[in-house]
Amino acid sequence: MQNNSIQVKGLQKSYNQLHVLNSVDFEVEQGSIFALLGSNGAGKTTIVKILTTLLKQDGGTATVNGFDITSKPDNVRQSISLTGQFAAVDEILTGEENLIMIAKLRHLKNPHQVTDNLIKRFGLTDAANRRVATYSGGMHRKLDLAMSLVGKPQLIFLDEPTTGLDPEARLEVWKIVKELADSGTTVFLTTQYLDEAEQLADQIAILHEGRIIASGTLAELKKLLPPTKVEYVEKQPTLEEIFLAIIGTKEAK
Amino acid sequence: MEATKKHFFSDMNVMLGRSMRHIFRSMDTIITVTIMPIGFMLLFVYVFGGAIQTGTDNYVNYLLPGILLIAIASGISYTSYRLFIDVQGGIFERFHSMPIARSTVLWGHVLSSLVSNALSVVVIIVAALMMGFRSSAGVLPWLAVASILMLFTLALSWVAVIAGLSAKSVDGAGAFAYPIVFLPFISSAFVPTESMPPIVRAFAENQPVTAIVEAIRALLSGQPVGNDIWIALAWCIGITIVAYIFAMRAYKKRV
Ligand SMILES: Nc1ncnc2c1ncn2[C@@H]1O[C@H](COP(=O)(O)OP(=O)(O)OP(=O)(O)O)[C@@H](O)[C@H]1O
Ligand SMILES: [Mg+2]
Repeated sequence: MQNNSIQVKGLQKSYNQLHVLNSVDFEVEQGSIFALLGSNGAGKTTIVKILTTLLKQDGGTATVNGFDITSKPDNVRQSISLTGQFAAVDEILTGEENLIMIAKLRHLKNPHQVTDNLIKRFGLTDAANRRVATYSGGMHRKLDLAMSLVGKPQLIFLDEPTTGLDPEARLEVWKIVKELADSGTTVFLTTQYLDEAEQLADQIAILHEGRIIASGTLAELKKLLPPTKVEYVEKQPTLEEIFLAIIGTKEAK
Repeated sequence: MEATKKHFFSDMNVMLGRSMRHIFRSMDTIITVTIMPIGFMLLFVYVFGGAIQTGTDNYVNYLLPGILLIAIASGISYTSYRLFIDVQGGIFERFHSMPIARSTVLWGHVLSSLVSNALSVVVIIVAALMMGFRSSAGVLPWLAVASILMLFTLALSWVAVIAGLSAKSVDGAGAFAYPIVFLPFISSAFVPTESMPPIVRAFAENQPVTAIVEAIRALLSGQPVGNDIWIALAWCIGITIVAYIFAMRAYKKRV
């Protein structure tokens, strides 16, 4: 059987003269959380768009859930869902209408049931009947994420899911991502935050100048560094810990 | 392929429902679209009308067909605006990453454009009735008028799709409509073409608006329509086909 949700070989992409992806190779194991790290403009979104059939590669091959992205795009779309870098929600509809719309487009039998469950799960009950235009940034993101979970796709792409969120909302997203992985969903996420990859990912790949320059588990990546020296330092709380302690969030350890 | 084709009508239904919600939640756009044509109608009937010799005793009757075309031409700028917002906002990409019949993403906008423009047309006809518009036409001629207006809207809606898909800014998405709004002024919509200088007259008599206006005017006043209706239909269908082809090209560039 197929053990890899994603298999990418020699992927290339240029925009006119700009070579964004030179030759990208990686594999994502089924049921794992895979984090693609890279700085601004590294090409993370480009990879996500190619794998979600929104953009055609110039060279190389990729299979998603066993389907070739070039020859079987419909099967790929059937088995994935995408939360893009920028919230893709309908501002004029209410949150509930957005979810029902997606459920109907996924041809589910019980769109209202699915919608109600997601609204509860994401704590959007009070806002469900308001137009999305009145939502805060964090609520937009939550709805966006909820829309991607409609229909329980096997593989979810999250392009910078926590950019622009406050620390509390960020932890909530992390929790959801972990739950997804626990229930067997494969998660492909991109991020610029090292700690996010560290917290969540089973596998990490670092994209730099059009190639994957390093990949593996966190432990494997740490081995690439020179052996650690033992030093004694007084541990200062991070600003994030202080912030969370003051606002008294339960998730804060 | 099979799976997505099978769902065409159900997907279409969802997309149309979504666009219709957009329209009914912004009824002010219907008002915005109708204000200018009604303003023109008032201006021409009560200010210029006395000086214009059309050979008819009721200038509102003469004017109405052109006014309706102006309303539709300005109405479709909202179609391209809404499509532009979809493309910019990312929901367009979300739809395209889903297993749906992709063409419904565009058809939803086109069909709802037909509905919203039909609403504007009704509002303007009501205003015209209050200003003295009268028609002796029966059900069949009215149906013919409705069909011509629908085809005209369909043609321009596909033009609007091109603009919505290829615009770089919100203003650009709407600006393409201005020249189309202007076309009725160089046609027989307001004054008979006989009064125009030769070059202008040649243009006016051979551009689509004149044929459409003449056909509608004849239908509403119970006159024989002659060739105008066929020329009008040919223009509408021709524009639809060409615009559709270019819209698909713009679409392929986007996805
Ligand atoms: N449609 C396009 N046309 C031309 N250049 C593009 C296009 N899309 C992206 N690029 C360029 O390709 C490069 C990679 O873009 P991409 O969006 O994939 O980066 P990213 O890693 O997602 O960055 P960020 O962290 O800022 O989201 C950038 O230099 C960008 O300017
Ligand atoms: Mg990006």
